[in-house]
Amino acid sequence: MQGYLYFVAKRALLMFAVIFFGVSAMFLVTYLSPIDPVEQVLGRLSARSNLSPEAIAATREALTAMFGTGQPMLTQYFNFWTRLLQGDLGASLMAFPTPAMELVMRGMPWTLGLLLSSTIFTFIIGNLMGGLAGYFQNNRFFKAFGIVTMGLQPIPYYIVAFIILIIFGFLWPVLPISGGFSMDVRPGWSWTFVFSVLQHSLLPAFSLVLVGLGGWFIGMRALVSNIVTEDYVTYAELAGVKRDTIVGSYVMRNALVPQVTALAMTIGGVFSGTIITEQVFNYPGMGSLLVDAVNAGDYSTVLAVCTVSITAVAFAIFVVDLLHPLLDPRVRAE
Amino acid sequence: MFAVFRDLIRYNAEFTIGLILVGIMVVFASLSFFAPMDPSLIYMTIPDQPPSAQYWFGTNSRGQDLFWQLSAAFKNSLIFGITVAVLSRIISITVGLAAGYLGGWVDRVLMFINDIFVSVPIFPILVLFYFVLRNNMDSFTMALILACFGWPFDARLIRSVALGLKHREFTRHAVFAGMSTRKVLLEEHLPYVMPIVFSTFMNNMLWSIGMEVTLAVLGFTNINNPTIGTVLYWANSHSAMVVGVWWWIVIPVILIVMTFLGLFLLAVSMNEYIDPRSRLRRMGA
Repeated sequence: MQGYLYFVAKRALLMFAVIFFGVSAMFLVTYLSPIDPVEQVLGRLSARSNLSPEAIAATREALTAMFGTGQPMLTQYFNFWTRLLQGDLGASLMAFPTPAMELVMRGMPWTLGLLLSSTIFTFIIGNLMGGLAGYFQNNRFFKAFGIVTMGLQPIPYYIVAFIILIIFGFLWPVLPISGGFSMDVRPGWSWTFVFSVLQHSLLPAFSLVLVGLGGWFIGMRALVSNIVTEDYVTYAELAGVKRDTIVGSYVMRNALVPQVTALAMTIGGVFSGTIITEQVFNYPGMGSLLVDAVNAGDYSTVLAVCTVSITAVAFAIFVVDLLHPLLDPRVRAE
Repeated sequence: MFAVFRDLIRYNAEFTIGLILVGIMVVFASLSFFAPMDPSLIYMTIPDQPPSAQYWFGTNSRGQDLFWQLSAAFKNSLIFGITVAVLSRIISITVGLAAGYLGGWVDRVLMFINDIFVSVPIFPILVLFYFVLRNNMDSFTMALILACFGWPFDARLIRSVALGLKHREFTRHAVFAGMSTRKVLLEEHLPYVMPIVFSTFMNNMLWSIGMEVTLAVLGFTNINNPTIGTVLYWANSHSAMVVGVWWWIVIPVILIVMTFLGLFLLAVSMNEYIDPRSRLRRMGA
């Protein structure tokens, strides 16, 4: 038990370090950039309408107060953290006066849903197929499966999503290619709404799964084909242990430990992929919000999305790490 | 070196296919040095011409010959990928070898930093960089940023090899002979990790070019500089697929898939070369 607590404490420390580092990097990037957010917003405002010089001066003052620029760096850094801990990152400019955080929270469930479902599917299918392919090395089906997934794996998320979009959007339009749910469905806990959401999430999730499968498949196949040659597996086979038991509890289970560690390490990358996929399929999550905010020059929303995504990814990695001792008793005993 | 190469081509179909694909793309990309016009200029030819004998890959709606356009785009993207890979290799070799050999608190601190870099989601940070730099973000700045985030996975890999080398006989001999730490790392340990460095080089190129494509497609780079991503960006912004200029999308996508598959196959087959067991299995021993 003590070993487990030590493990959790170490992982929690890492999580806070990631959040601290990520947010500080974000602050530095914005602080050191040659472009002043106040002037940028002003430029956008005055490009669209005729403002009197007094109005511009007043707006500049208000914006400076809102962004807190013009103070010494450390004060700004401190203020940044205070506001962050209160969950207040200012009002969004593209949807004024909605707080930027609220916009992010609106997009969050969509992104999380897509990320979670596709990650779980990819992990299970990829590892299962990879494990079986490693155990039954001469099976034709697994060989073919391996070639297809390995061929898809190196291609960037965007290109795969785009090809799927072309296939299902232009050549064979059977599934919705845009949005989170149908226009004519009222959001709520009704059967039609849930069905519509599921239907719309199919293609984005499918494209994420396609790209992700190969990595797990290759990793698991390599691990299993090494474990199969171990003495204890040969011994179990000679002792007449059932093949299912050998594959399931002796081979795959041991191979799963490094794969769970790898799962924690890939979450950051998958998150980036989710953001991109959302943009391709016009999915109403944090990714689309981020792109819209950048295009609208919405400083607060961009910062809010970045902060929340760094925090969320760090937390997700922490949770996956907690699963690790369940599979590997050595961590508990340490 | 040459014998290794010959064996790889003879026994490893993946290596051969990868080599051919990457070879084709490198030749195609270097053709851009002989381009008859500057690829960033627009309205140089008749727009929207389908592929023909005169325009091999057709022309796009911006009046550019796609053959030369794509050639320049692949040259820029490959150079970009190589820059990122070289820079991040330098960091990962330094960190990996130092952490593995020195051990102790140096190792713990370096690996802690390493874990942080692995965990931070890079995409939002890249977008943030674009957001604050706007048009000051040229491809070299982006290469620098990506290199800063592209090293941790490989540093860990190199460290695990260096850990094993530390207790080998020859390391002890070198230390007793009075070699400095820097010399031990560079002259004794570096050759052992070179195969890993080569295979991760390809993987890193894949990753960085993929990132560049993604950012460019969203319009978050200098869109007037032809790269793989910006070609797709312009195709999208002219709705190429809808108006029927399909070659503007299909040809780049085919070439991208060829490049990525080629690099990936090279990386995979190099990995196999590093592991002698799988090499023997393939040679039928």
